[in-house]
Order: sequence, then structure tokens, then C-alpha cells
Amino acid sequence: MTLARRIIPCLDVDAGRVVKGVEFQGLRDMGDPAALAARYNREGADEIVLLDITASVEGRATFLETIRRVAAELNIPFTAGGGIRTLEDATAVLRAGADKVTVNTAAVNRPELISELAGRFGSQAVVLSMDVKRNGGSWEAYVRGGRAPAGKNALAWAREATERGAGEILLTSIDRDGTQSGFDCELTAAVAREVTVPVIASGGAKSYEHFRAVFSEGRADAALAASVFHMETHSIPALKRFLAAQGVPVRQSA
Amino acid sequence: MRISVVDYGASNLPSVERAFEKLGAATERASTAEQIARAEAIVLPGVGHFGAFVEGLRQRELAGPLEEARKRGTPILGICLGMQALFARSEEAPEEAGLHFFAGDVRALPVTVKSPHIGWNQVRATRESTLLRGIGAEDYFYFAHSYAALAEAEQTVAACDHGVAFAAAIECGNVMGVQFHPEKSGETGARVLRNFLEAAR
Repeated sequence: MTLARRIIPCLDVDAGRVVKGVEFQGLRDMGDPAALAARYNREGADEIVLLDITASVEGRATFLETIRRVAAELNIPFTAGGGIRTLEDATAVLRAGADKVTVNTAAVNRPELISELAGRFGSQAVVLSMDVKRNGGSWEAYVRGGRAPAGKNALAWAREATERGAGEILLTSIDRDGTQSGFDCELTAAVAREVTVPVIASGGAKSYEHFRAVFSEGRADAALAASVFHMETHSIPALKRFLAAQGVPVRQSA
Repeated sequence: MRISVVDYGASNLPSVERAFEKLGAATERASTAEQIARAEAIVLPGVGHFGAFVEGLRQRELAGPLEEARKRGTPILGICLGMQALFARSEEAPEEAGLHFFAGDVRALPVTVKSPHIGWNQVRATRESTLLRGIGAEDYFYFAHSYAALAEAEQTVAACDHGVAFAAAIECGNVMGVQFHPEKSGETGARVLRNFLEAAR
């Protein structure tokens, strides 16, 4: 009996479509979020994360509608976020059908938001998202999609956020994101040692071996990736078969 | 079969309703004593805080009607916090009284493990079970909780380990509970809900 390591496809959504950022070329359309979510649900994904990457005021209604459409396809856990600033924003996202909300910039600006969300919905519904970059000998948290330093040491921020009630940490390595050179195992392990809640590693996934490494050396509880699944570089069942053969406990269904 | 999903003001009702509807059951939200009184089967869903749950039941004066439903033999299923509320009390809100359909206390998970216990875990059968019929030791369920009833609770039918052996599923006649989220546990979870529907028929 072991808690399985989770595989989590991430849907970055802009104006109701799943997109992928392509350097110097803007955004590339990757499909309909509900259709992709249904496929991942069927293929044995352990959870779905949906992020609103525009998070503009006029985009909110569209995003809530996307959450409703995705939720209708799922019988697995569902986390949504991007631009959540208030208790009201989070309530709307959960009412639309998400099980958990993820917060990032707004929590850096006002850490009490984490306490408020955990007090209202429980820690299990609050995921702190952190974008982290190595800075000399330490790791720094960044905000605004990784563009601006948060002025916080990543490990200290992770600890503070969980003390305030965040139930999970979604940890993205800015250094690795988009490089396909593997998860930052050193960073992931450092954060996992620092906190007592599950850590979801993100950024840099390409090969099966990258997933194995982040679960063993990186001590991650879950691994998140987008393009390797959208582009069908990997199928989730094949990835899980590989991990199981390597001794990583995973849920193999269907 | 119509499932009355208790709406005490702070829960993720739609996913529970959708899961039952996919199995061909109708659902209604029950927030009054009359609705509980005429329910064919009752589901107590739950996410959040034990204290808020008990307070929500108190404001709607639902504890008495639920006790009546239990005595009448109406099938009742508590999910996650809804299962915890079937016990006498919880360490999460020691001053509040639960429904006390089961003896025993709900405790915080030990500090030696990651908490909340979030993710997919397996359970081991400890007794003959209605809910877990057809479920094997290799099957996984989705858990998301920081508190749990200890596995030595008398009516435990399946246990799970996370720093401590806790009750993953519990049954006593018409009253049943699961600490995991069957509505979020894929086809395995759907099997548990179907077993509840069949027992309720």
C-alpha cells in the first residue's frame, strides 16, 4: 500500500483554447481544453491542472466557462488558477467545478490570501504555485509569469505559504521551463525537504527518465507537464508502465 | 433511485451529483428537514473544516432529521469530511459534536508524514464490505484530507496507511462512509458509488 506518484497534464488556456508558448512565435493552438481533458482522464492522468494564462478581466467569464466544460469531462481531481486575487475569485472557480485553486502572484503580494482560502475551503483545496529561478547559491521566487522577482527566497516562501495553510506546492523551475532538459531535481528536493505538504514538480520534462529522476532524486510527489502530452510525445499509460518498471509507485488504470 | 445530496453550505456538490447522474441516478440538493425526511438515500459530501460542517448542519437544523433517517434505515453515505461527521467528534474542532452514528474520534494525521494526505492510495479490506464489493488491493482511490478516524474504529471495513492506519471505509447497516473521494477516483470510485446505489435499492 503506497501513495502513488502522480502524473499531471497541464492545460494552459487563453481565450478558451489550450495554447503552448513558442519562443519568438507567440502562442500555438493545441486544441480544445474539454476534449484534451477528456482524453487525459481516459488515459489515466491522476489530476488535471488548468491555468488561465491571460487572466485579463474580460477573459474571466470565458475562463469560468472553460472550467465548467472541463469539469464535466472529469472523474479525477481538477485544479484551476491564473489570476486569482480574492476569496471571491476562488469561490467562482470552485463553484464552476474545480476541486482546488492555485494562487501565485496575489499570494506573494498578500500572503494572508492563503490563510483566507485555507480557512474557507480547507488546505486540501489550496495550491501555492511558485516560479523559481536559481540566483547564485540560492533560489528566488518570481512573479508575473516569471518576469519579476518576488523579493522572496523560494525555500522561505514555501515554508511560510504552507504554514499559512497551502496544502500543496506547484513548483516551476524557470531555468528549466521550456528547455526539455529535465526537471530541476535539486530545487524540487530542496523544497520537498523544506515543507510537510506534497510538492508538484514542473518545468523541463521531456524523457521518461526525467520523470523517474524527479520522483526519486527530486523527491517529488507529482510531476506536471504540458507539451510532452499535448504533442503526444508520450502517452500516459506508456510513461506509467516505464515508471512502474523502474520501481516508482504509480496508479495504472484501464 | 433519487439521491439527496445534503447541501450544508460549503461543499463541492456538482462533482458528487455528476458522478451519481452518470450512473443513472437522479439527485436533489437537500437543505431542509422535510427533504431529509422524504429522502430515499442520503449523501453527505464534504470538503473543508469539521467545525464549519457541524455549524452548517446546525443552522439548517439537519442533525435531528439525519438521526431520524438513520433510525428509519435510509441508506446514508458520508464522503471525506462527510464520513468524519458521522463520528462523535474531531480533533479539528474539539468543541463541536459530530452526528455520533459511529463511536470514536477523528484525529489529525501524524506529523511524521506529509499532511494533507493528498493523492491516490490503496486500501486493504478488514471486513466483508458492501461498498467495496469488486474492489481489489491493487485499486487506487483519491484522498485529500488532514484528519481521519483511526482504523480500530469498530465498523471499519477497509483501512489505509499514512503514518497511521486509518479507516478508509466504514459501514454499519444503512450508514456508510468513505474517507476517499469516490467521485474523483475514476472508474474505481464509480464502482463504489454503484455499490451504494445497489445497496440502497
